[in-house]
Amino acid sequence: MTLMEFFGCAFIAFGPPFAMFIFTIARDPLRIIVLIASGFFWLLSLLLSSILWYAVVPLRTSLAFGLVFSVIFQELFRFLFYKLLRKADEGLKKVSQNVPDEHITPKDINNKHIMAYVSGLGYGILSGAFSIVNVLADMAGPGTIGIKGDSHFFFLTSAFLTLCFILLHTFWGVIFFNALDRKRYIFVAGVVASHMLVSCLVKFHTNESYYLISLITAYVVMIVMAFFAFITAGGSFKNIHTAFTCRKGRYEMD
Amino acid sequence: MFLQDNRSRRSAADTSVNNAERPTHNSQQRPSGGGGDGGEEEEEESFMYGANSVIMLFVPVTLCMAVVVATISSVTFYTEKTDGYLIYTPFHDKTDDTGTKLWQSFANAFILLGVICVLTIFLLLLYKFRCYKVIHGWLIVSSLMLLFLFSYIYLGEVLRAYNVPMDYVTVIILMWNFGVVGMVCIHWKGPLLLQQAYLIMISALMALIFIKYLPDWTTWVVLGVMVVWDLVAVLCPKGPLRVLVETAQERNEPIFPALIYSCKCNTRYSSPMTASTESTRARNAVQALNTTNNYQTIADPDRPPGTATPNQRSSTNSQPQTQDEEERGVKLGLGDFIFYGVLVGKASSYGDWNTTLACFVAILIGLCFTLLLLAIFKKALPALPISITFGLVFNFATSSLVQPFMDSLAAEQVYL
Repeated sequence: MTLMEFFGCAFIAFGPPFAMFIFTIARDPLRIIVLIASGFFWLLSLLLSSILWYAVVPLRTSLAFGLVFSVIFQELFRFLFYKLLRKADEGLKKVSQNVPDEHITPKDINNKHIMAYVSGLGYGILSGAFSIVNVLADMAGPGTIGIKGDSHFFFLTSAFLTLCFILLHTFWGVIFFNALDRKRYIFVAGVVASHMLVSCLVKFHTNESYYLISLITAYVVMIVMAFFAFITAGGSFKNIHTAFTCRKGRYEMD
Repeated sequence: MFLQDNRSRRSAADTSVNNAERPTHNSQQRPSGGGGDGGEEEEEESFMYGANSVIMLFVPVTLCMAVVVATISSVTFYTEKTDGYLIYTPFHDKTDDTGTKLWQSFANAFILLGVICVLTIFLLLLYKFRCYKVIHGWLIVSSLMLLFLFSYIYLGEVLRAYNVPMDYVTVIILMWNFGVVGMVCIHWKGPLLLQQAYLIMISALMALIFIKYLPDWTTWVVLGVMVVWDLVAVLCPKGPLRVLVETAQERNEPIFPALIYSCKCNTRYSSPMTASTESTRARNAVQALNTTNNYQTIADPDRPPGTATPNQRSSTNSQPQTQDEEERGVKLGLGDFIFYGVLVGKASSYGDWNTTLACFVAILIGLCFTLLLLAIFKKALPALPISITFGLVFNFATSSLVQPFMDSLAAEQVYL
């Protein structure tokens, strides 16, 4: 039973991101490097927020403080990674042009959304992994949750929230990078605000009855962000329509 | 242990060819124009092996670390305390006094370092005086031990951990096939993929041995000391590894049975002859052909003490590679694999997955930086310092600072 729970929750949390990784990233070395580098930046932001949380002794018990600053640090490091990526553009161009590998195409550089998506996914995967990996390890273990009156849905909620945050980070990455490129700082503010909103909302569910509410709000925000990211990346309803209609044996979009 | 890639030597040597090629190359590849001045061309050349070779090292390093971590977290044998330790570490962390533990760990680490120094210099001397047979014998005996003895112990412990009964006949057949195929692949010839798999397996086994038989604190100090030793040995003008590489380059032959993992190196199967005749033959051939060979030497002579701890990772065999057969590709010493494995395995042995994950990402990023430096400096570089430093920093930072933070977050289901 515990093993089944472990696999179920692991696949809920990491199934979609894993599929995204396999289909969009795994074949392209450059994207893997960017993915890991952005994960590393998330790690740095986490390190910084833990140092702050650890250093300010009186506020160590109230997690809201650590949470707020952690969100700020994460967005700060996302910005730093954006700066780094734009600085490294020239270098990336050289790498991708000189490697005799057919998977790498200049479109990675020309279409800035690709790198934004990859770095967003890297950010998300590492943040998701960090928040759930120890819970997963406990899941497989000899104990089960819920015997002493705690919620049975703890693990399931954790898994779904992790998935939600991985996807959210991906969409945030796309929106954030594009907003900075076009200097539409309102969207940057929107990303930071929604990140803060989701994190704080999720923080306030203290018992089982709030699980559903926080899950639904998180997923609603996620869908809104997905919509924005889709529009940002140049999508429209017409695109979707053309993508699904078959015209004389041609499946590609114009 | 160091990292080097074949492209570099050739690019330095074949300047004439490259210069001729470059203008067209530039105009084809970069239609947008842009300044093709000297510095930029140089830089461009250096990025040749960029992204692809990074990934080619990421995959084996990841696999090796995955084997170690999976073993550590499922088989208790490699983490439980024993009375037996390596003879190089006479102090065993028996006291509770931090000061005593600290100096004892340093003493252990320096004894181990001394052994490594002596063995490296011994190897260098053997190589200088062309005692190839002794070196081959040494490598073959140690890989024999790893492939048969240590993998037998490993198999036994895995079966025990999963409570699987198996009779001796099956085990003997399994071990015999595994070991003999391994010896053939590593020292003679075989499919490249199989050889790489064996090299990864051997490094993982060696890393597990280190994790089990080094006292707790000593492991960390040893990792720290290895960083410094690696820097000194590869970068100092008179560093033993550097002298070794230079001697090998003077002789136009690959560093004797190189203890390396190579991404794309298909030369070794070409001529299955006995080592000595082949090496003389090929050496002459290479010298006759020209001096701008691009064969690669990446070795990892900086292995841990070879005699008692048979960590000699596989050796590629000694047939020198002739240049036209050589493909480009980065090579990484197996010692680097071992110490990456030790670091990640040790981090995971405390049971915290966040630390393991942080170490893993830090090592990969360190490897990226090392490859970037390799592209810039174009010479053999130590692969341990950046990765292991990152790994150590992130290990201690995560286990002492991040872990309590993440634990309280996970308990309250707070998501960042």
